[in-house]
Order: sequence, then structure tokens, then C-alpha cells
Amino acid sequence: MLVTQFLILGALLFSIGIYGVLVRRNAVLVLLSIELMLAAVNINLVAFGAFLQDTMLGGQAFALFVITIAAAEVGIGLAIVVLIFRNRSSANVDELDLMRW
Amino acid sequence: MSPTLALFALQAHEPGHLSDGGVLAEFAWLIPLVPLVLMVAIVFVGKRLPYKGWELAEAAMLFVAVYGVTLLIMNASGGIYHEGSVEIARIGAYTIEWGWVVDGLSIMMYSVVGVVGLAVFTYSKGYMKGDVRYTWFFAAFTLFAGAMLVLVSAANMIQLLVGWELVGLASYLLIGHYWEDHSNNAAAIKAFFTNKIADVGLVIGIIIIGVTVGSFRFNDVLTAVFDGDSALAQVAFWAGLALFIGAMGKSAQFPFHVWLPDAMAGPTPVSSLMHAATMVTAGVYLLGRMFPFYQSDVFAADVKTIIIVIGAITLFAMGLIALVQDDIKKVLAYSTLSQLGYMTVAMGAGAYTAGLFHLFTHAFFKGLLFLAAGSVIHAVHSNNMSDMGGLRKPMPWTYKTFLVGSLALAGIFPLAGFWSKDEILASISYDAGHGGGTIASVVLWIAIAGAFVTAFYMARAVYLTFFGEYKGHAHPHESPKIMTYPLIGLAALSIVAGFVNVPGVYTGFTEWLAARPFSMGDHHAESINFALAAIGLLVALAGIAAGTRLWRKDAATQAERDRFRIPVLYPVLEHKYYIDDLYRVALVDPIRGPVARFVNWTNTYVIDAVVNAFGGLSMVLAKGVYRGVDQRGIDLAINAVAGATGEAGEALRHTTTGRVQQYAGALFAGAVLLVLGLLIFT
Amino acid sequence: MDVGAWIDWTLDWLSNAQNVLFIVVALAMVAAAFRVVTSPNVVHAALMLVVALGGSAVLFLMLGAEFVAWALVLVYIGAVVVLFLFGIMITRAPTGRDPVRLDHKRRWPAALVAFATFVTLASVSVAAFEDAVIEGQVTRTDELGELLFTRYVIPFEAVSFVLLAALIGGIVLARKDPE
Repeated sequence: MLVTQFLILGALLFSIGIYGVLVRRNAVLVLLSIELMLAAVNINLVAFGAFLQDTMLGGQAFALFVITIAAAEVGIGLAIVVLIFRNRSSANVDELDLMRW
Repeated sequence: MSPTLALFALQAHEPGHLSDGGVLAEFAWLIPLVPLVLMVAIVFVGKRLPYKGWELAEAAMLFVAVYGVTLLIMNASGGIYHEGSVEIARIGAYTIEWGWVVDGLSIMMYSVVGVVGLAVFTYSKGYMKGDVRYTWFFAAFTLFAGAMLVLVSAANMIQLLVGWELVGLASYLLIGHYWEDHSNNAAAIKAFFTNKIADVGLVIGIIIIGVTVGSFRFNDVLTAVFDGDSALAQVAFWAGLALFIGAMGKSAQFPFHVWLPDAMAGPTPVSSLMHAATMVTAGVYLLGRMFPFYQSDVFAADVKTIIIVIGAITLFAMGLIALVQDDIKKVLAYSTLSQLGYMTVAMGAGAYTAGLFHLFTHAFFKGLLFLAAGSVIHAVHSNNMSDMGGLRKPMPWTYKTFLVGSLALAGIFPLAGFWSKDEILASISYDAGHGGGTIASVVLWIAIAGAFVTAFYMARAVYLTFFGEYKGHAHPHESPKIMTYPLIGLAALSIVAGFVNVPGVYTGFTEWLAARPFSMGDHHAESINFALAAIGLLVALAGIAAGTRLWRKDAATQAERDRFRIPVLYPVLEHKYYIDDLYRVALVDPIRGPVARFVNWTNTYVIDAVVNAFGGLSMVLAKGVYRGVDQRGIDLAINAVAGATGEAGEALRHTTTGRVQQYAGALFAGAVLLVLGLLIFT
Repeated sequence: MDVGAWIDWTLDWLSNAQNVLFIVVALAMVAAAFRVVTSPNVVHAALMLVVALGGSAVLFLMLGAEFVAWALVLVYIGAVVVLFLFGIMITRAPTGRDPVRLDHKRRWPAALVAFATFVTLASVSVAAFEDAVIEGQVTRTDELGELLFTRYVIPFEAVSFVLLAALIGGIVLARKDPE
């Protein structure tokens, strides 16, 4: 197995995630796309870890931390989305433009 | 001629061993200074004083009179010569000094100014009572006194000029005292201008002499004359002529005489002191001061011919005009002109002592005559003799003193005028025999004829004023004592003043005048010329007789007074030989009309135009700069910058949409670009 | 580059059974990811994420990171996606096809950015690593555990605090206002 194949896969997933973040109008879907991007990052980390045969297992350890952080972030993110939905009865991010000019 | 008399004569000739004059001479600079200082005091505090400033003026004249007479007595006992100078400034190689001379000539002038001035000031207290500008009158009069004393005490020509101009100023102020009437203003201006035109000559003469000799001091100039300085000799004729022209202006010789009759518009005390006794004699004084200059053949002796001719013309022509005047002051004015002509003739004939002696005596009796005339005018409120008549009963003292003055003026023995006039005649006769030639002889006859005319018109004046019946509407009464006492004093002087210079008997005056560092070189008669004295006296008596015959009885009616109106002569005389008309047409009207209009036009359209053009140009420039540069240029630039910033901000704020996804998109795009940049450029 | 050598290289690569598995899983993941970002149905999008994450777990197993793989399955698929489904449920009334449009109208700038990102990353990776091969070896979980508590203990504790904070934050944010 080549490292490159994992890296390309990771890049692809990341790009798709970017597309999703920029395009989706539902706040939950944006969060979903962010999860996708984090997953891609995980793949990169672990691939590099395996490639380098790191005795410190840095790649895998950090992949674990990324997962943890992702979980925390999703929790907070969804709480915020729920709050917004309560105020505006809509999860449309286009309507969250109070910081506009 | 007895040996004793000859001895006297010889003594009179020597310049003498002159004493220094001591303390009094050293402090002689006080003589002009005290009146000037008191004048300032009168100006500032006069109105608050009990006598409204008169007391200060009187004090000034008293001081001068006492000082002058004291110096006179000292000079009489032994000649004084003292000259003090203080340097004021330097211009190049010339020093400007303030000097005071104490010699025979100045002492004589101090005494005259002081004594006559004292009499006139005392008289003025009564005459000017109730006048609207009483205090200012005395201030200006004191200024005059101070200025005259500056003039006669001057040790250098520049100071003489200062005094000369100051008396001109005082004359202007005083002639125009009653300036509410515009004709008085015109008279004052006429006096000032005529003097000013003549003063051109004076200034030119002073400059020529001063530059040639290298100093302006009289002493230095006369030393140059006695040393025979050739540079001065070359310019002497023209310088002497120029100085004489200046003297003509101040002493009102033909053709500069026109101002004096008009100057009678001033108050009578002014006419008395200034225009009879002192100011008008300044020209004669100048000739006396510069006498060796004119006496020496190498220098300006040729000018003397001109001097004597002009004097003779003035003497006779002005005397004739006095015959046809109705205004009593004008009679006396023309008489003054005539007598000044006598003095000038004397100077022109080389008679230093005779001319100045006549100045001396004339000051007393002419001053007296004016004051007496003023007394009459004060009583009848009119100047014209046709409003007078028969005044000898209501005004006895005025009558008596006027009579004394008239007799003195006519030259009746033994009054003062006899001695001085006789001396002049003798000098002319001497000059005719010694270099004066035919001109002098002709002048002699003119002078004798002038004596007749003098007596004639004075007789007329006396009869028309004091005899006959009173024609006017006022209630004449004698003037108060303060006015009559000066009259009596001056009358006394008119009687005795002649005795100070009797040739062959007592020639004190000659000695006094000769107290100068140089010999004047004039001829002193050793004895009385009885022939000429007799002729003069007879001629005067003839004049009185003719006057009595004509006017004693016919004083009654105006019509009969006019019976003697000689057809052609009288109109010419009444129009003063049309000289005033000539001046008006030839000089005054062209200047007042076209010249003045031209100057005004030039001023408005040329000079003012230039100035306004500059102003206008500046304004146009300023407007241009403001509008074009400041508003359009600079402000535009600044506004443009501000506007651009605003516009940029306006445009850029549309990027803050508040939409997070757009921010995220920008972020990622930027990151990609940065990485690409990093890859490409490194 | 000539096609022949490339085909040979591909065939050679495919001869390895792991690579075949990789390709299959990768394709599935990419397809699922694509469906995540384009699906008009929100629930479908969430479930497609499950597939993508599952595929990444398989890859982790292939790379020998067993603990990470199973942790991912537990946490991500088990908790996070469930959380997402709860969120979806709370934030909209009707399920099924969402009547409101889920994507922006103008999508090409995003596509452009995504594409550029991909190209950049991929080209950089390929240029860097070309033919580097991964030697597959399985990681022992006890080694990972020991390293976590010795070498990586500080990040471990920090992450614990983050979780605590997230927990408290989530509760505070989402609770109803105390009247």
C-alpha cells in the first residue's frame, strides 16, 4: 500500500467536506460536513503514523484526540443550533446575518 | 569842527576793545528761551490762570525788556561782544549749532523787542479784553516774541532761518486770529505765501554762502570777507542778491510788499508789534548783520545799487498810496512800508548806523501810532476814518500821543524821527558823492520828496480822525489806563530816542552798534549836516501845512474830502498800482484754477489709479487664489481623498455579509492561494 | 508519460489484495461523502456520513490501528451521528424531504474552492511521497494505552477538560430558560 493513496483519499474527502461547508444551508448539514473533514484528517494522521512506523504512535494518538475533540465540538455545535432554532424556528444559516453591514 | 568832536568821531570808528559781557552775556540764551517756554506754559495752563495767561506773557516781555536794557546799559559803558554756541547736529562736514550773539546789534534789537513788546503786551490786556481766543492770542504773541529773539540772537544762518520761519508762522497765526471771517484767512495765507516765495532767495543765499565758506556762522562768513576769500567773492553777488530777496519778503519791499496792508486784518497790537516795530525789520536786521559783505567792493557791493533802487521805489510809491486810504490802519501800514523803504535805502547807501537808527526810532513811534489807532478803533468800533472825526475832545490822551507819534514820523525837530531821517539823508548824500553816483543823487531827491508825502498823509490822518465832527454811531470815550499808559510811555520814547545819536554831539548809538568784532566800514558824519536837516524839516513842515490847508477845514463832510480826487492818479493809487490785481491774474488764478484742477486730476486718476490698481490687482489675485487654487485645487484634493476613502469603505463593507459560510469560503480560498504561492515562489 | 507503463503499474498495484480492498472501500467512502454534501434529504445525509465513517474505520484496520478504528466506530458512529439525528429531529418539524432548498443557489464558487484545495493537496502529496510504501503492522493496544498515559498524558488530560467544558456548555446552552 502506498502512502499516496491514503493521502489522495484524505484530500478528496477534505475537499468534499469543504464543498459541503460552503454550500449547505442547514446548520446541521454544515456540521455534518465538518465531521467529514475531520474524518479525512484522521485518515491522514493514521496513514502517516503507519508509514513512519513511529514507536511513539503519534499519529494514532492524535487521531484519538481529534475524534474526542470532534465529539465535543459536535455537542456544543448542536446545542447552539438548537438554541438558534428555538429563537428563530429555522436552522437556515443564511438568516444568521446580524453581523452584516 | 572842534578837536573834541573829532576825537569823538575817531572813537566811534574803532571796532573797539570789547569786553566779554560777563555772566549776563553768558546766559543770554535765556532771552529767546524764556518767551518760548512761557508760551508752552500759556498753552497748557493759561486758561486756568487768573488773568488767563496774560501774566505769563507779560512776565516774558518784562524779563526780555529788563535783560535787554541792562545789556544795553552795559554795552553803552563799554562795548560787549560775546558769542556762545552749542552744537546740535552734524551733517557731513557742516555743524548745526544753536548760538547766541551778544553784540551791539543784537543788544539793540533785544531792547527794542523787549521795550516795545512790553508796552504792546500791557496795552493788549485792555484791547483784547473779551476776545474769544484771549489765551491763545497771548500764546501766539509770546511765540512771536520768542521767535523774533531767536532770529536776532542767531549766531549762524541756520538759526536765523529757524527764527525767520517761526516769526512767519506766528504772523500767520496772529493775522488769522479772527478766522471766522474768511477774508482774514486769505490775508494770513497771502502774508505767509509772499514771505515763503521770498524765502527761497534767503535759503539759496544761505546755502551758497554756507557751502562756499564751509560754515554757517556769521562770524566765519565775515572773517572770510575780511580775509578776502576769493571763492566767496565769486559767488558774492548772487548770494548777496538772494539774501536781499529774502529780506525783501520779510521787510515788505516792492514787489513783495503786497502782504503788509492785508496783514492789518489782524488785531491792532499785532500790527503794532509785528508789522511795524519788529518782525518787518528782520530784513533790515539781516542786511545789518551781513553788512561788511555788502560793503566790500570785492564782494556784494554791486547789490547795493539794487537795494537802494528798490528801497526808493518802495519809499515813494507806498507813501502815495497812504494818501488815499480811508482805513486808518492801512494808512499806517503804507506808512510802515514807506519807512521800511527808508531803512532799505540807508542800507543800500552803505549807512549801517543810519538805517538801524531809523529802525530803532521807527519802532517806537510807529508802534505808538498803531496802538493809538487801536485805541481809536476800540472806541468807535470801526477802522475807517470816515466813521471818525472830532475825537480829540473825548479821547485826549489818545489824541496827544497820536500827535506826538505823527510829528515824530514826519521828522519834526526835536522828535526822534527828525534825527534818524536826517541821518539817512546825510548818508545818501555822502554816498552820492562817494561811489553811489547818479542813482544815489536821484534817490536823495526821492527821499526828500518822500518826507513831504509822509508829513502830508499823517496830517491828513490826524485831521480826519481827531478834528471836525464825529461821523460815526458809537459813543467814543477815552480808553482805560492800561491802554493809555503804554501810549504815554512810547510817546516819551518817541520824543527822546533821537538824542542818542546826534552827530557831533553825542553818538552813543553809533558806538553801541559798532560793538562788533569787525568794523562795519560805514561812514559816520562828524557833525550835523545842517543844510540837509533844514531841507528835511522844511519839507515836512510844508507837508503838514498842505495837509492842514486841505483837510483841517474840510474834515466835516465826506463829499468835501473827496474833492481832491485827482482823476487818473487817485484810482491808480486806490488800486495800489494794480499790483495785487496783477498778482491775482498772473499767479493766483492760474494756480487756483487750471493748475489745481490738473493736480487734482493727476492725483485722482494717475496716482490714486496706480494705488487702486495695486489694490485691485491684489484683490483679483486673492480671489483667484482662493477660488482656483484653494477651493478647486487643494480642497478638491482633500475632499477627493476623503471621498475616496468613504467610497472604498462603502464598497468594502459589502463583504461583511454576516454569513459565516462566505467567510469560511474566503478563508479556504485564501489558504489555498497562500499555499500555491508558497509552492510557486519558493 | 506513456499509458502503457501506467497501466502496468496499476495492474501491479491491484495485484495486492489490500489495494483492491482499499479501492473498494475508498470508492464507497467517496460516494457516501458526495451524498453527504449533495443529498436533499437531511437524514440521508447523516446516514451517508455513517457509511463514510465506517469506511474510514475499515481503512484504519487495514493500517493496523485497531483501537482507533473501534474508538471511531464507538464514538463517531455510535454517539456523534446519533447526536446529529437528534439535532435534525429537534430543528425541524417535518421529516422526509425538506421543502426548503438545502443548498445555496450559487454553488460554483464553493466547487471551485473545493477543487482547488483538492488539487493542491493531492499534487503536494504525490510530489512528496510518490512511491513510498507502508509496511503494514498491527499496533498493540496496550502500547497505545501506555503511551497515552505517559507520553501523551497532558494532551489526554486537556482533552478531558475540553470534554467537561463541552458537556457543561452544552447543558447550559440548550436548557430552557429558567423562568
